[in-house]
Amino acid sequence: MTTAVVRALGDLAHRAAHEHPGGRCACPPPTVLADRADGTVVRSGAVVAKAHAADTDTPGLLTRLGLANHPRLTGILLAPLPPGPCAPPATLHGRPVTLWPHGRPVDPGDPDTAPWEEAAVLLAGLHRTPAPASLALPPMRGPAKAALAVARMRAARPGDPDIAPVLEAWRRLPAWARDEAAAPPHRSRFLCHGDLHLGQLVRHPAPHGPWLLIDVDDAGLGDPAWDLARPAAWYAAGILPPEVWLRFLDAYRAAGGPAVCAEGDPWPDLDVPARALTVQAAALAFAKSAVEERTPDEVEEAMIDACARIASLPPELGAEHSS
Amino acid sequence: MQCPKCHAQMHTYNRNGIQIEQCSGCRGIFLDYGELESLTRIEAQWTQQAPPAPPAPQAYPSAPAPAWGAPQHHGGHGGHYRHKSFGRMLFSS
Repeated sequence: MTTAVVRALGDLAHRAAHEHPGGRCACPPPTVLADRADGTVVRSGAVVAKAHAADTDTPGLLTRLGLANHPRLTGILLAPLPPGPCAPPATLHGRPVTLWPHGRPVDPGDPDTAPWEEAAVLLAGLHRTPAPASLALPPMRGPAKAALAVARMRAARPGDPDIAPVLEAWRRLPAWARDEAAAPPHRSRFLCHGDLHLGQLVRHPAPHGPWLLIDVDDAGLGDPAWDLARPAAWYAAGILPPEVWLRFLDAYRAAGGPAVCAEGDPWPDLDVPARALTVQAAALAFAKSAVEERTPDEVEEAMIDACARIASLPPELGAEHSS
Repeated sequence: MQCPKCHAQMHTYNRNGIQIEQCSGCRGIFLDYGELESLTRIEAQWTQQAPPAPPAPQAYPSAPAPAWGAPQHHGGHGGHYRHKSFGRMLFSS
């Protein structure tokens, strides 16, 4: 079925890339950029077609497309194709499909050139933008994705004692961070990306245009610290060098980002989301390694070790920033 | 929290951004994970201000970290940064 989806996406992208469909062309064959159950992405020339997850909240996706299309977010979020008001997405094998202009991604082989400052400035801009009143935006899906990762781990390793520290670190999080309650009101009304990582940035127009954020599938209203919390979690686990973390954090603060205090210790604001994303990374490490019948690797172990430290904190320290 | 030695109540104090617990009975001090290293670092910075002491180069600017942070933050390095597996993690949910 995936092959059929890939072929159909390639056709869609190819047709959209041509002003005069049906004409003869010398386009290279479509290329698969990603092929997962939650997102199959195929490029043909200047256009990228994406099949979203089959269980996508389609009205929510349409609202999120409206966000990416909103003039307030120009220069921050990549806008979908075609330009103009968003129509409800077509479906392919039960999966909603969207079209996007192709942008140049971050080079995965060269982490030293990763645009950390640019990512931070884009996030600060997103978080500072008032949510458009015309859009009934759903909550950002950060906590929901963390909960899904924990469920996936439980299913992949039933009864495995090794996952106990991850479950304990998860249990110690406040309910909102486990997707069991709404976020605290004073932090729940910001525009958030919801799933920031280095694969969520492209230069558009390719190859030298400005950096933009892509993938609005998890975007919505919530605590903006969630968008800083994945790099924060990598830093706290000892795998992201402190100087890289500080470049990212300082650029975010310099751009007036509201997720953390302007100076001083940012951890009171970062602690809960960073612990949640540490649990998410450890849970996915356990889930993926079980499916691949291997033990977690060195980097995955660093995230699992961080969960063990969270799980062994004295309760009063563990609960310090929970409310 | 209770003192592990004399079981009197412990009180929390903030010293230079470091949270320490001191026992109201025996005056013993409890340090959280990594705090001894933070205190040592602050002490080193203070002695550097005295003219005769040669300035010790810092490998990187000190950044606050959570109580559950990895020990590398207090004198180690991000040795995983170029690890292939971390490369994958940087680009995935």
